[in-house]
Amino acid sequence: MRFPGTPIGPLDYHRRLPLRLILISSLIFLYLPILTLVAFSFNDSRRNIVWHGFTLKYYQKAFADSELMLAFGNSLSIALFSTLISTVLGTMAGYLLWRFRFGGKTALEGTLAMPIVIPEICMGVAMMAFVARIGWPQDLPWPLNLSAITAAHIAFCFPFAAIVIRARMESFNRQLAEAARDLGATEFQTFRDVVAPHMKPGIVAGALLGFTLSLDDFVITFFTSGPNSITFPVKIYSMVRFSVTPEVNAASTILIILTVALTAIALRIQRRYPIAGV
Amino acid sequence: MEPWRKAPAVFVANLLPPAAWLGVFFVLPLSLLWLYSFGDKVGITGIDINWTLANYARAADPLYLGILIKSVWIAGAATLTCLMIGLPVALAISFAPRHVQPWLLLLIILPFWTNLLIRTYALIAVLRTNGHVNYVLEWLWSAGDGLLNLIGLGGYQILGTGFTPWSLLYNDAAVVTGLVYVHLPFMVLPLYAALYRLDRSLIEASLDLGAGHLRTFFYVIAPLVLPGIASGVIITFIPALGAYLTPDLLGGTDSQMIANVIERQFKAANDWPFGSALSFLLMYITFFGLAVRSLLAGRRGGGVSA
Repeated sequence: MRFPGTPIGPLDYHRRLPLRLILISSLIFLYLPILTLVAFSFNDSRRNIVWHGFTLKYYQKAFADSELMLAFGNSLSIALFSTLISTVLGTMAGYLLWRFRFGGKTALEGTLAMPIVIPEICMGVAMMAFVARIGWPQDLPWPLNLSAITAAHIAFCFPFAAIVIRARMESFNRQLAEAARDLGATEFQTFRDVVAPHMKPGIVAGALLGFTLSLDDFVITFFTSGPNSITFPVKIYSMVRFSVTPEVNAASTILIILTVALTAIALRIQRRYPIAGV
Repeated sequence: MEPWRKAPAVFVANLLPPAAWLGVFFVLPLSLLWLYSFGDKVGITGIDINWTLANYARAADPLYLGILIKSVWIAGAATLTCLMIGLPVALAISFAPRHVQPWLLLLIILPFWTNLLIRTYALIAVLRTNGHVNYVLEWLWSAGDGLLNLIGLGGYQILGTGFTPWSLLYNDAAVVTGLVYVHLPFMVLPLYAALYRLDRSLIEASLDLGAGHLRTFFYVIAPLVLPGIASGVIITFIPALGAYLTPDLLGGTDSQMIANVIERQFKAANDWPFGSALSFLLMYITFFGLAVRSLLAGRRGGGVSA
């Protein structure tokens, strides 16, 4: 236990003034823009620079903006569908890579990591070219008008889920599953009663990760979305291009709160059930 | 791990759906892009794949080569700035008390979880002509001017006749600032991982033997965490190089990067084969960077995982 008055030891780098100043100013650099954005969404002035008093009118405006709300609904639907499918696919891939040894495993792992590492713009234009080439129908009824975006989102979300789930399985004792099978459990029973309970926090973390990734994605969606399938970030982008207004601040704050809440849940789960490597 | 032949049905059932999805919605689109990069534009929408290399040759055209070099320069400047901020930050965190470290790391990572677009927009609000930075500068200016008036120097207009806002947006510096803002966590995490594993007694030995803190840093700490530095530099540089949104929103007309050129080829300029070739050049640079990183990590015996 150190007390505030004790002299700074040679290795107490965190207590040295220059380092402390750099750490604190980095945190200010990281947080000040976001915090002012949130604060000014409650500011009762269009000028968006001087504080004029608290108001919720820009939230009312945002919620009354039918285009914005439609985009919000689209984003949530896409995130929901892609989370459902990418969690299933990610579980399969994570389980497969954890359990089996097979030829071409390295190639599969490499391909699975590709959507994570390649620049988003490349995946975006590839998907745009693909959708145009196969003539993906544009004017389908809801929710099928979102299918192209959802398919692309699943393709980059499920590898993340697979990695998280596989990392979680590293702490699982393989012999438990073998014992269950030796004692007569079927493959399905073994998975449901022995493997899945251990895997569960990984699945939940992978699902939450997928949901936030899908909800937040702008670049890939920007190239895949048509006029009938605007998402929340794409809508905010078109608003941002024009000007800095309190409405954009309000819309952004809604998205920030949503993602931060989801992240907080994911972190709580991870603290209770540590996932190696995450 | 068991060989797949022990349970072929389970193996195939778990392999097919993810592999098929990846194949159809990722590998196929990329393959199409790859084919397009060897094609010629025919009419408005047609692309004739005749295995020409003209699209790749066009990337060496002074205009595009200039943008490519500029992208490398901007991403490099952002990476270097991240390193200069990230090293002291990671050092301070790794020497902080054990129970504080995870919270400090969380503070560094948390902004990463808010939307990239929103963070960039937040920077616009701070940096624009009538934004918060200029507001503070104006306040400082009028305070300084008032002070000069107070001491009787008001008539000389030492600070100029009026406050002119700084143009902090729509230039290269704004893009670098934006990239640093977005990518700082990428740099801090591998540096922290390397510093955390550092043997503290080596630092103590260096200090005991009479080296100062700066000397210890450059001759003892820096060489030991070099793999972490290399890892951080590469994983910061790669996404910074391919950034689209930051130069698009913060950059001026002459601070466009490769990704913006690619976007233009696919939208306004409608030259998909050239855009495809540029996309693949960007991807090859990415793969090269990743290969260097894994080589470095392999040589240093496991190295540093980010």
